[in-house]
Amino acid sequence: MPLLSQLKKDTYFDSVTLMLATNELKKIRGVHQAVIGMGTDYNLESLKRLGLLSPELADATPSDLILAVDAATEEAAVMTLREAERLLSVKKGAASGTADYAPATQAGAAKALPGANIVLISVPGDYAASEARRALDSGRHVMLFSDNVSIDDELELKTRAVEKNLLMMGPDCGTAILNGVPLAFANAVRKGDIGVVAASGTGLQEVTSLIHRMGCGVSQAIGVGGRDLSEKIGGIMTLQAVRALEDDRQTKVIVLLSKPPAEKTFHALLGVLKDVKKPVVIYFIGADPVPIERLGFAAAQNLEDAARTACRLSTGRQPSPLLSDEEIAEKASKVRLTAPSLRALYSGGTLCDEAQRILLPRLKTIHSNTPVAGCEKLPNVYQSRGHTILDLGDDEFTRGRAHPMIDPSFRQEKILSEYADPETGMLVVDVVLGYGSHPDMAGAVVRSIEEARERSPRPVVLAATLCGTEDDPQDYEKQRRTLEDAGVFVFPSNVSMVKFIVSVMSHG
Amino acid sequence: MAERRPPISGLFDQPIQVINVGVPSFSDDLKRQGVPVRHVDWRPPAGGNKRIQALLRRIKNGEKTS
Repeated sequence: MPLLSQLKKDTYFDSVTLMLATNELKKIRGVHQAVIGMGTDYNLESLKRLGLLSPELADATPSDLILAVDAATEEAAVMTLREAERLLSVKKGAASGTADYAPATQAGAAKALPGANIVLISVPGDYAASEARRALDSGRHVMLFSDNVSIDDELELKTRAVEKNLLMMGPDCGTAILNGVPLAFANAVRKGDIGVVAASGTGLQEVTSLIHRMGCGVSQAIGVGGRDLSEKIGGIMTLQAVRALEDDRQTKVIVLLSKPPAEKTFHALLGVLKDVKKPVVIYFIGADPVPIERLGFAAAQNLEDAARTACRLSTGRQPSPLLSDEEIAEKASKVRLTAPSLRALYSGGTLCDEAQRILLPRLKTIHSNTPVAGCEKLPNVYQSRGHTILDLGDDEFTRGRAHPMIDPSFRQEKILSEYADPETGMLVVDVVLGYGSHPDMAGAVVRSIEEARERSPRPVVLAATLCGTEDDPQDYEKQRRTLEDAGVFVFPSNVSMVKFIVSVMSHG
Repeated sequence: MAERRPPISGLFDQPIQVINVGVPSFSDDLKRQGVPVRHVDWRPPAGGNKRIQALLRRIKNGEKTS
C-alpha cells in the first residue's frame, strides 16, 4: 500500500486546525489513514503504532509539521497530501488576514494593538501558564481557554491577577461575554442587566442564551474555570468576578453557576455574597437549594430556572415559559416507544449532568461515562447499555480529536451505532450554536440520522435541545427547521427536552 | 515593566480589544464582529525542545546553568 509522508520544518499549526484537517483527509476516497500533526513525541509514537512512521519523519521536532498518508493508490496518496497543503494554506490565510500582520509574540501584538485589554490564550497546556503570566504582567485580563494547566499554576496566576485587579478566567474556560462581545465558545446575546459568573462553559451558554430568548439581556458573562470553587483555589476568581459585577453600573442581578463548592470555599463565598446589595441567583448544580434560600439568595432548580429567576428579578415579571408543560406533554403524546432504552449523546458536559440528575429518579438506572451520584459508570464507554447518557466532550473521547461542538464526526458514528442497537427506543442530542461551534451541527446530525434510518429502518423517537439565539452565526430558525424536517422534536432548553423524555418514558 | 491599567470595573466601560494567542478561528470570529483583534503567530519556544526551554528558564531566572 502506498505510504507518503512529508516533513515541513518550522511550520506550526494549532491542534484544532490539524485535527479538523485530518478529518477532512480521511474522507477522501481510497485513504486508509491520514495524519497531520506537529512532530511531538506523542504524535511520533502514534505514527509508529499505526505503521506510518517513515525515516523522513523520524527526526521531526515539535516545531515541525508532519504529514503521513496511507492510501489504496499512489494517486490517492498524492492527492491527499495536496489537499492537506490546500486546507492548511486556507487556514493560515484566514488567521493572518489579508492586511494584518501576525506578530510572533504577545509583546509584538501589543505594539500593533496598544489598546488591547484581553488576552485570549488557547495554546497547548504546557505553554499556557507562561503566556498567561506574560499577559497579566502586561496588565491585561486573561481568558485562558487551554486545559491541562496544573492547579498550582492556576493558583499562582489567579493570585497574581487579584494583586493586579485583573480577571483571570480559566484555565479550561470556554465561554465568556464581555461588554457584549462573545469570546471563544459563546452566543450572540442581547445586552442587558444580568451578570453571570460560571464555572461551567455549557452552563453559561445555556443560561445566557435562555436569558436572551426570554427577552432579557446580559451585562457580562464571566467564566472562571471548573476548579475555581475547589478547596485549593478557594473561589478566588468567582469572588473577584462577583465584586466586579457588584461595582458594575450595568449589572442589576447576579447569577452564579457552579458545581457545589468545597465546604471551606462555600463559607468564604457566602461571607462575600451576604454583603452584595444586588439580588443573587445561585445554582450549585445538584446541591440542596434549601440552605441557599435560608441565607436569603434565590436558589435555582436547574439551568432554565436560573435564567427564568434572573429575568424575573431583572424585570419584576415572571417570564412566560418558552414551552409550557402542556405543550411538552402534547408533543410526547404523539409518539410511542418501540424499544425500551434512552440513548443521549451530549456535547455539553453540564447539560449531560443536568439530564442525569433530573432523569435518575424516573429511570432508576442510568449509565454514563461521566455518572453523577446514583448513576452507573459504563464499564466500556464505547458500549452503551440500558439507559445511557454520554458526554462526548469528556477527555476520554476527545484525546486526539477536536471537541464534539466543533467536530461532529464522532457523534455521527455514535448516532449510527445507537440507532442500530435494537434496545434504543429514543435518541436525543444537544445542538449548541454560537461562535466557535460547528457552522451546521443540525445538518451534520440529520445526515447521520438519515443514514441510520437507511441502515436500520425502524422507528426511534428523536429529540434535540437547541442552545443558542437567533443572532448566532448558524441561524437558530434554520437549524431548528433542519432538525424538525427530519422528524426530530426540537426543544428550546435542555430541561424542556428532559421533561419530554420523562413524559414519553412514562406512557411507554 | 508592568503598565498601569484601570481596575476590572474599568474594563466594563471600555471597548473590548483582544490579543489572540492560539486557535486562529477565535480571531476570525472576533474580526467578523468588528472587534479589534491581533492574532499572534505563536509557536512553541525553543522549537518545542523541553531541555532548551528549561535551560532558557533557568537563565531568565538568573540561576547557574552548569
